[in-house]
Amino acid sequence: MKGQGLRLYAILYLVFLYAPIVLLPIFAFNDATIISFPLRGFTTKWFAALAELPTLHQALKNSLIIAVSSSVLATTLGIFASRASTRYEFPGKGGLMGLIMLPLVLPEVIVAMSLLMVLLGIGVDLAIWTVILGHTLICTPFAIAILSAAFQSLDKSLEEAAYDLGESKLSTFRLITLPLVMPGIISSLLISFTISLDEFIIAFFLAGSEPTLPVYIYSQLRFPKQIPAIMALGTILVALSVLLLTIAEYFRRRGLKKTGAKDTGGFL
Amino acid sequence: MNTVPQAAPAPIATRPTMIEFRDVHKYYGDYHALRGINATIKAGEFFSLLGPSGCGKTTLLRTIAGFEDISSGAVLIDGKHMADVPANVRPTNMVFQSYAIFPHLTVEQNVGFGLRREGGTTAEKAKRVEEALEMVGLKGYGKRAAHALSGGQRQRVALARALILKPKVLLLDEPLSALDKKMREQMQVELIRLQRQVGITFILVTHDQEEALVMSDRIAVMFEGQIAQLADPETLYRRPNSRQVANFIGVMNFLPARVLTEAAGRIAIDVQGLGQTEIDATQAPGVITGGETSVGFRPETLTMLYEGQTTTERETPGTIEEVVYYGDMTYYDVRLDGVDSPVRISMRNVFGRPVLDIGTRTRVAWSAGALVLFR
Repeated sequence: MKGQGLRLYAILYLVFLYAPIVLLPIFAFNDATIISFPLRGFTTKWFAALAELPTLHQALKNSLIIAVSSSVLATTLGIFASRASTRYEFPGKGGLMGLIMLPLVLPEVIVAMSLLMVLLGIGVDLAIWTVILGHTLICTPFAIAILSAAFQSLDKSLEEAAYDLGESKLSTFRLITLPLVMPGIISSLLISFTISLDEFIIAFFLAGSEPTLPVYIYSQLRFPKQIPAIMALGTILVALSVLLLTIAEYFRRRGLKKTGAKDTGGFL
Repeated sequence: MNTVPQAAPAPIATRPTMIEFRDVHKYYGDYHALRGINATIKAGEFFSLLGPSGCGKTTLLRTIAGFEDISSGAVLIDGKHMADVPANVRPTNMVFQSYAIFPHLTVEQNVGFGLRREGGTTAEKAKRVEEALEMVGLKGYGKRAAHALSGGQRQRVALARALILKPKVLLLDEPLSALDKKMREQMQVELIRLQRQVGITFILVTHDQEEALVMSDRIAVMFEGQIAQLADPETLYRRPNSRQVANFIGVMNFLPARVLTEAAGRIAIDVQGLGQTEIDATQAPGVITGGETSVGFRPETLTMLYEGQTTTERETPGTIEEVVYYGDMTYYDVRLDGVDSPVRISMRNVFGRPVLDIGTRTRVAWSAGALVLFR
């Protein structure tokens, strides 16, 4: 049959992609310390166990602070850079934008190492804010890529019209530009948040005594009896991600509907 | 609709000046976009900037709005130098080619956008918005989402939004180019009506010569950053001052010619195919460029004579080489005897007179008064 091979390929691909994630909740509710079939019975004790791990709570708190801060920072910097690169011509623009986008392809371990050397060299104590610095660095190119597309599709004469009708440059930005690129800003915040939340290498190098969630999870894998609890944690994270993306997509579609723009696909 | 009879407007020449360009130059890097523009636009005038794309007409319009700085020279609006006046405080408002309707706002919010900075109560502003919408024929559309409107409706919203601030000058950047033919013709008439009603100076940028002829009090024809001719539509059409202008506006036939004598406001010429004739000096409006001398004439100034018809005008024999039927009109390409290339003649189709065939021998009537001399 025509297309049968392609269909099989698609199914296998999806299984490979999602089967491990489906295993997370299965073992999170399994009443056994060993991660293997057959299942032993239903329990919620691993979720209860999460509540009694103060180091986990600290790591989660660190991760959230870092993810929120670096996504806001990266998006703010991204707005400035994309706006400048889509609206204005200035000498060295190509090279400058290239340098800003470079961390996108630079091996993270090199970025992390060089940041560590510089920070130690100038005698800075490693802390949450050093991780925020590193994450902002790697999130900014993603923010710019998303926001440039948003600014690019914004008709220049909309801003000129508002200015022509008596608004200042600043109020034009607030009343016209910002609402119209808002879907891009939300996408950028979300992507940056997600990247920062599960980033390991930079967090591992720069966190000092303040581990983030991925660093904490990695450290716990050495203790077999902690693994079911990690599964429970993973289940919660998957559920939260799905919820977050659903909310974001809802707002994106509502924004599109409100401005009558054409749907050019999701933000991911 | 406003049916109060209005007094005929004062002739253009006697009205006060609204806009003045004094030797305006504009460079983009090495590119010389505006090359010494000198012109005045009068108060209450419907003025068009006409030219092919890249001729600088939109750039010139944007120097009035304040979106483009000029490299040298001066732009004055109502007697005031605009050099240090930013676009948001100039007494001009613009209708953009893309209309630039704010897609996230309602029709009402779009139209009332410029009132944000003005004094007055919310009720007063709402009333002004309502009046502006009524003026452009969109009464009752206020609550609609702007992005749900048709092209023609967006156009009207853009007009209402620009006119609500009662600017001294309304700038229109190819406002009709995105509309289909029927809609465009309807909007042309409405724009003329609107301009008479509000009495504001309208400046229109267009590449459509017909649109400019229909709507304007005066037209500046631009080529390569310069104004080639500035005149009323009739003068532009009947007495273009160069072959370039003549070619851009309507269809113009050209025949090689030679000047014989020139005295007392009369010029004797010898035209290929037409022979010797005499024209008035006003029929040579252009400057002498030293190029090849020729005469031009419009297709409708020639008449094809049918069998046995006589004329008091001059007549020249020829052969029909091409026939294009348009319903109300027929275009004939006729090669006059002794002429290298055919001339185009447009004839109104009259019931009972058949369209002639290719190859038919014919006689063409013409009068010296319809000729324009280029040299």
